[in-house]
Order: sequence, then structure tokens, then C-alpha cells
Amino acid sequence: MSDGGIGASVRRKEDARFLTGRGTYTDDINRPGQLYVYILRSPHAHAEIGSIDASKAKKAPGVVAVFTGADLAADNVGGLPCGWLVKSKDGSPMIEPPHPVLAQGRVRHVGDPVAAVIAESREQAKDAAEQINVAYKTLPAVIEAVDAIKPGKPQIWDAAKGNVCFDWHIGDPAVVDAAFKKAAHVTKIDIVNNRLVPNAMEPRAAIGEYDRGTGEYTLYTTSQNPHVIRLLMGAFVLHLPEHKLKVVAPDVGGGFGSKIYHYAEEALVTWASAKVGKPLKWTAERSESFISDAQGRDHVTHAELALDKDGKFLALKVSTVANLGGYLSTFAPAIPTYLYATLLAGTYTTPVIYCEVKAVFTNTVPVDAYRGAGRPEATYVVERIVEMAAHEMKMDPAELRRRNFIPKDAYPYQTPVALQYDSGDYFSTLDMATKAADYAGFAKRREEAAKRGKLRGIGIATYIEACGIAPSAVAGALGARAGLYECAEVRVHPTGSVTVFTGTHSHGQGHETTFAQVIADRLGVPVENVEVVHGDTSKIPFGMGTYGSRSIAVGGSALIKAIDKIVNKGKKIAAHLLEASEADIEFKDGKFTVVGTDKSKAFGEVAFAAYVPHNYPIETVEPGLDETAFYDPKNFTFPSGAHIAEVEVDKETGAVQIVRFTAADDFGRIINPLIVEGQVHGGLVQGIGQALYENAVYDGKSGQLLTGSYMDYCMPRADNVPTFSVGTHTTLCTHNPLGVKGCGEAGAIGAPAAVMNAVVNALAPLGIKDLPMPATPERVWRALHGQKAAH
Amino acid sequence: MYNFNYHKPSSVADAAKAVQSAPEGKLVAGGMTLIPTLKQRLAKPSDLVDLGKIAELKGIKKDGNSIVIGAMTRHAEVASSDVVKSAIPALAALAGGIGDPAVRNRGTIGGSIANNDPAADYPSAVVGLGATVVTNKRKIAGDDFFKGMFETALEPGEIVTAVQFPIPEKAAYSKFPNPASRYAIVGVFVAKTGSGVRVAVTGAGSSVFRQKEMEAALGKSFAPDAVANVKVSPSGLNADIHASAEYRAHLVTVMAKRAVAAAK
Repeated sequence: MSDGGIGASVRRKEDARFLTGRGTYTDDINRPGQLYVYILRSPHAHAEIGSIDASKAKKAPGVVAVFTGADLAADNVGGLPCGWLVKSKDGSPMIEPPHPVLAQGRVRHVGDPVAAVIAESREQAKDAAEQINVAYKTLPAVIEAVDAIKPGKPQIWDAAKGNVCFDWHIGDPAVVDAAFKKAAHVTKIDIVNNRLVPNAMEPRAAIGEYDRGTGEYTLYTTSQNPHVIRLLMGAFVLHLPEHKLKVVAPDVGGGFGSKIYHYAEEALVTWASAKVGKPLKWTAERSESFISDAQGRDHVTHAELALDKDGKFLALKVSTVANLGGYLSTFAPAIPTYLYATLLAGTYTTPVIYCEVKAVFTNTVPVDAYRGAGRPEATYVVERIVEMAAHEMKMDPAELRRRNFIPKDAYPYQTPVALQYDSGDYFSTLDMATKAADYAGFAKRREEAAKRGKLRGIGIATYIEACGIAPSAVAGALGARAGLYECAEVRVHPTGSVTVFTGTHSHGQGHETTFAQVIADRLGVPVENVEVVHGDTSKIPFGMGTYGSRSIAVGGSALIKAIDKIVNKGKKIAAHLLEASEADIEFKDGKFTVVGTDKSKAFGEVAFAAYVPHNYPIETVEPGLDETAFYDPKNFTFPSGAHIAEVEVDKETGAVQIVRFTAADDFGRIINPLIVEGQVHGGLVQGIGQALYENAVYDGKSGQLLTGSYMDYCMPRADNVPTFSVGTHTTLCTHNPLGVKGCGEAGAIGAPAAVMNAVVNALAPLGIKDLPMPATPERVWRALHGQKAAH
Repeated sequence: MYNFNYHKPSSVADAAKAVQSAPEGKLVAGGMTLIPTLKQRLAKPSDLVDLGKIAELKGIKKDGNSIVIGAMTRHAEVASSDVVKSAIPALAALAGGIGDPAVRNRGTIGGSIANNDPAADYPSAVVGLGATVVTNKRKIAGDDFFKGMFETALEPGEIVTAVQFPIPEKAAYSKFPNPASRYAIVGVFVAKTGSGVRVAVTGAGSSVFRQKEMEAALGKSFAPDAVANVKVSPSGLNADIHASAEYRAHLVTVMAKRAVAAAK
């Protein structure tokens, strides 16, 4: 291993440019002659559009064009496609309504795009937009999914009766009911998993450009997966072939899922750039992000857990209503189904599980994957109900969990909800966490806090997640309309430096460093001699992008395959140069050596020979040293871990302070511990945000987003979180070459349940059994004083 | 943001003239409320008169038994001023808890009180300390200055030039911040002065108000227990998604108690 190889805490190479303001984000790109786009959005949650009069706006200063849904329809522009088909219990396909780029006759949430103004400046476009007269006929709106399925509620799509998109299930209800009959104890819980606004630091932006000379379109966009955008937008929306469409996702400032999806603005700027013959730039303002970026979570769930007298789980039954918003976002149907219910076994041996999910349209911003995507929701259900069961059965929550953990020697372990876990060790991560958190010493700390007038609580959450999405055939069988492999190209330059082209996308994860470390480790090339290129469909052969903690598990595996090809070819070249048999060549520490001799050729010498093939096996080996590989995963990966939160509650105000937080995670092999720790920190803060602070609140009548700015939507800040204690315990993934599992979402998956278990534990002496997220000061205060919630 | 004419005068007189002669003139001090309002196109002034170049509006000085703070003095300057910290530490602490560092380095005391946001911190200090607001035309008692939500006693063309804070025997400000905005959900400023105890509450009502019952109780005994049992009526208090009127009423008592305990 060279310095900076696998396992080294190399500082992030990309940070120098980010921290000195030299990154190139989409909005930093300016194309010659570029004009600006402003999107006029619906101020209503639900309304018919009678007419749109843009005549004044078209004549306003600086305005080049105004487009409405009618212009797009006239040009045969398609709607935004959905990438996943889910079927209902009865086998019928989900209701898949159209998702127009600009509204066609009706708007379905505040922020729904209605018209696009193109002008010489942003301000001129905005000025002109105010002169567009849209005749709205407002309709009653429905906001909560549980309301939307009641009789007599506003119908958002004619085809979706009762606003139900699909009514899906997994498991056998009869088998589960039979198991419940044998239960010594049943714990029941009702859960609201609060809706979240993703809030990437960089708002979305898009630039469309059309080259009249070549007929090629270019879209610069804030995307986590530019090839997917090219595929979806080219094939379904604009009917452009791939060879005439380039999608570039340059530096991207955070995504958390919200930049996976194909958005209307991307198609609009691309299409309109050809219409007006100029490059077009659109950049979201923060208020616009709040009402146009796909949001996360929003489940209402009832769950029941059956236990025997010793606390062994016999069965789990879950019923969830999931809010999809007004339209189907790209991967929306997969989130509350295959990425949620399949995780309900958690870390436990629960033998039978049934889950049914009603996915429902409402007059709200579409909901899709957000950091964790279904898995935080599943973990929250499992870990809250387990905690509640421990409380009811007067058992130590850690002990109850241990009693039900999947045994260390039971892998591969087939769960009753489709997944097969390849490896894991939940006992060790829990032991590690309880030790680091001084779980045993909690009672003393609680007493000490009581003397200060504080209620102290401790809460555990263990979790499992399915990452590294996904074996394409499995995903396809479950309704995915795409493959989920990954691609990597390793280009060795004549003097031995390396450029890696990866189909994954880094928008904060540090791929430019970790992928370089894999090269350093395997090829002996120093990290600084490796460049990692991502985010450009014209440079990278193909790629499915970054989400679901898949980059190192799937993209890293593709990289290993490409590296292996490089090494194999290098051996052939080295054998020729060293006048030895290929079988006798060993590659190690950056050198090709004839086994058992001191005859060797450095990696750089072999690379040079490949490009200057004077003395070269030219009859059997092609010149050049540039290899591409695709990797389709054999299974998901299953990171897991145990999180322990400790909180103090101010009895007088209800304010909750997290005083300790311990995470012990199993991510498989770790490439860069420093980056992993950073990923865990970020995830934990987002999880803590969901538990205590963040909540997307819509007015129940008007459908206005009441938390539409940071004045009301509470993002967690540095002073809200303690110093984290973070550790890892490694079991290797058994089915990918690096043994890696992924770490990007773990924090956000474990933290909400750990924090809420701690809050409830703090309040338990007062008889409080449950509390909804976010545990705001007033909610806690009301619980303490036995008052019903005011809102 | 809509277009406007921009003025940056170097005297209060020129500023007053500029704002009065404009069809719809607006003064801008730190701009912490006005600029976001303009960016969201919620205001459309014809002229913006920037007070940033007027030297006479800046600075902090001790004048007899008062601390005088120029209207254009930034929150960060008040928070870090040795003069304020030694004379009225509660005022320095209040200024140090406004918004975030960016806000504290732009926002001004004059801008804050002239705007009179119901959840702003400074109005509670002005009323709680019995301060006097000095303008280019007159002196206005703190008790008379704040008229209602975003309303003050300022007349057209009247510009706050300074605030005079009498130095109290002891005082403290206790705030329960809105977790999102960090404005006060409830903030209580308590001061023990030569002429009695003052308790000023911000965040809870449509504008800062004095809690007379607590003042009377503390006048008898300046101790946390004196206010612990003073229940505040929720009637007429603010209610929003962050805090109901009942919760705010409860917090007034809690924050008052904590302010009394912290007073120095």
C-alpha cells in the first residue's frame, strides 16, 4: 500500500478549491449571450387555470420570450417520467398521472411551475412575470395524506380514486395474524414521520444551451446523476438522442437526494435554449427551493409488535399512509415500499412481518428520497416500538435488543421481507456504543441532572440499511425502470499519472479523494497523481450516479474491476519488457516483478511503454493503457450500527438539549476514516434535525408552506449538537471486491429514533410513553403538563 | 428587488430632507429587515436613504448616569463595548444574543427599534431600562416610543439619532429564542433602578409591554420567587406555529424568574 491508500485519513483533495471559493458550481458558469429564466409558480395549492395572458410581459423591457404549458404541448414536449412502477395488492399498476413541465390547465401545489419568462436579466424576467395575468379558479386543497383518503375530499387526479396512487403490501397477513394470537404481549404505536425540506446549501440551477452548428444540446445542472437526467430528459421529455445531448453536473453543493430527480426546470431551459437560440440560465432562490425541491418522509404509521413472554419478537404488523405530494417525483414510489418495508426486520430475527402502504396524492410539493430514503422511516418504526415494548415489559432496552439480534453466525440471513443480509455484527456495535456512552453509568447522571432541575434520558437505536443499490435484475423485478450498475474508466497516462472517470457523482462526499486512494492502494500511484472526473456525460462512459450510499460499494467495485484490467494488461507488457512469462509477473507496491528475482519494471515504465510501444508485444497487446469496467452488484450492502443519545429536558420550558451522542457503525472496509467520520457527523445532525427541529408545515386550508424560510423552518445548527463520539466496528461486505458497505446515510437513519427514545425516556418517570417528532419545546412542555397540543 | 433611487447623505439633516422629499422614501440603517423585504419584493420604496455614512449617528459613550448609544451603532459593537459591559452588562449580553454574527455586524440599534419587530430584543431593553429615544426632532420616553406591531411614535422625516440608557442598579435579559429564527419567542428584560423595578416583555405580544404585576411583586422583593407565581394571561398574546399564546404566557413567568436570578 502506498501512502494515502485504503484506510488512510487523507485530507480531502477537493476542499482546497471549495474552501477558497474556487469551485465551479452551475450558477458560476456563464455562457456567451446567456439569458435568464424566471419561473412563475402557482400561488395556489389547487386551482384550475382559466387563461394565461402574457401579452404585457412579452413587451416588457429585456424580455425575449414567455412560454406556458401550451407552447410545450404544441411542441410535443413530454411530461417528467417516473422511474419506478409499483403495483397494488390486486396486481394493478400504480396510478401514474402526467407531470407536465409547465402546468396544463391545473396546478396542484403552491410552487407548481406555470410560465417561464426569458429576459436579458433576472430582474427583468421577474418584473415581467408580475405582468402575466393568470386567471385561476381556486379549488379546495387537501394537505395531509390521511385526510386525502377520506371520502368527500378534493380529488387531485381523476384517475386516482380517493387520491390513492397505489395500495401496496409485503408479507402474508394471515401468517402474521396467527403469530399475534400466540403473543404474550403486544405493543402498539402510532407514528408520524414528519415531512422534511432537504435544504442543500447550493440551490438548484440549470443552464440550457443549443449549438446550431452541431445540433447538440448541453444542460449544466445541479444533479447527483447526470446520465440518468440525460436518459430521462432525452428519451421521455424532449425526444433527443443521447449523442446530441450532453449533461454536465459540475461541482454540486449538497444533494441529500433532492438532486437525484429530473426536474421541470432542466427540461425547460434545454428546450427553450433552442427556441430562443441563446443559452438560458435558471437559478432557484432559497424560497423557491422550499416549494420546488422534492421533499422527504411524511408517513403516518400504525405498528404492532408481538412478543413472547421472554421478549422474543414473534411478528410485526405495520400500516403506513405515505404522502407523495401533487405529482410523482422520479423515484417516489420506491421510497415508501421497497426502500422502507423491506427494512422492517431491522437488526432482529422477527420471523414474520406484514406491511401495507397506501401512497397518496395531496396538494403539496412532491415527496421523494431524502438522506436515508425509507430506511430512516423503517428504523424509526422498529426502534420506537422496540423501545416502547421494553418499557412496557419492564426490560432493559439494550437487553431486549440483544435478545432479538440476528446471531453472529446466521449470515447470510434471509429476512421475511425479501432482503438477504450478507454480514453484520449487531452485538459488537451495541457493546461498543454502550461502553463508549457509559450506558451503565446513566442512572447516576440522571440523578445528578435531577439536582439541577433537568430530566435526563437515554435512548438507543440500532439500525440496518440497504445500500449500494442495486442488483439490476432484482431492482427491475421490483419495478425499477433502470439498471443500477456503475461504471468506471481508469486512464493511465504515458508518464504514469491516472485519471479516473466515474459514473458516480460527488456533491460533498469526497470521491475525488477516496477514489484516488483506491488507485493509490492498488496501483501505487500517489494520491496527488490521480484525478477523479465525474459529472459529465461527454467524458464518462456511463453512470447511474450517487444516492443510497452506493458510490464506493458499486462505483468503487467498478473501479476495482477496471484496475484489475489495467494490472492484467500491465503484466503482459511487463512480461515482454522483462523477458519473462506473464505467469511469473507479480504486481505489488507499484512494481511489476518477476517472481523470485529482483527484476522489475515500475508502473510508470510500463505505462510509458504502452504509449511509446517501441519494445512492445504489439502482435498480442494493443497499445495504450485505458480500461473501462461496469459492475452490477450481487446484492445490496447492509451497513448497520448502534446509536445512543442522551438528552436533558428543561422542565420549565420543555427545551431539549442533546448532551451526549454516541455512534458505533459497521460500514465494512473504510477507505478514509476522516471522510467517514465527517459523513457520520453530517448524517447525525440531519437526523437530530428531524427529531428536534425540522418540520415542513403546510396550512391545512390554503396549502401554503408555513415553514417556507429559515425564519420558520428550523435547521439544526452547531450549538444544537454535542461533540459526537463516533466509532466503527468492521465486518466486511462479502460480495463486493473492497468489502465496503457505504456510510452516507447512516447518521440520518439511526439518530431520529435514538434521540426520540432518549426524550421519551427522560419524560417516562412522568408517565409519558410517546411524543411526536419534532420534539419542539412546546410539545414537550405540553406533554409534561398533560395538556393537549394546540396545533 | 424593484429599482429605487439610492442616497447616502453624510448628515442627519440631509437624510431627513432626502427621505421627506421622496414620494415613498425609506431609511436604511443595517438593512437586516428591509433588505430581505426588498429582495422578496414585499416593499417598493421610490428612494432608499442610507444612514451608513453619517458619523454623528455612531458611537457609545457614558454621559453622567447614562449610556448613550448612537443609532447606527452595530449590535456587535454594543456587545463588545467595555463601557456597556461595565455599566449595563445585561444590555451588552442582549446585543450579543441578537441573530447571528452576520446580523450583529450589520444590524443597528436605531434600525431595530425604529422597525419595532414584535420579537426583536432591543425594545425590551429600551422599555425595561426606561431609556429615552433621541431623534432629530425631540426626545421620546421609551414607554411612549413603541406603539404597536412595527409601529413607533416616529413621525415622517423623524430619524432616531441615539438611545440614552440610564444605568440601573442591576438588570438582566432572559430570552427563549425561536429555534429557527432565533428571534425572541419570549424575552424578558428586568431592571432594578433608582425609580423602581421594570419588567419589559418582548416576543409575547404585538409589541413590547411592561408586566406591571411582576414589577409590583419585585418592588417588594427583588427575588426569583417573587415572580414565580405571577401567572400571565394568554389573552391577546401572539400565537404561531412555534408557540401558542398559553405557552408564551407560561414562558413570560419562567423567563422573568430567570432574568431576576441572573440580574447583576
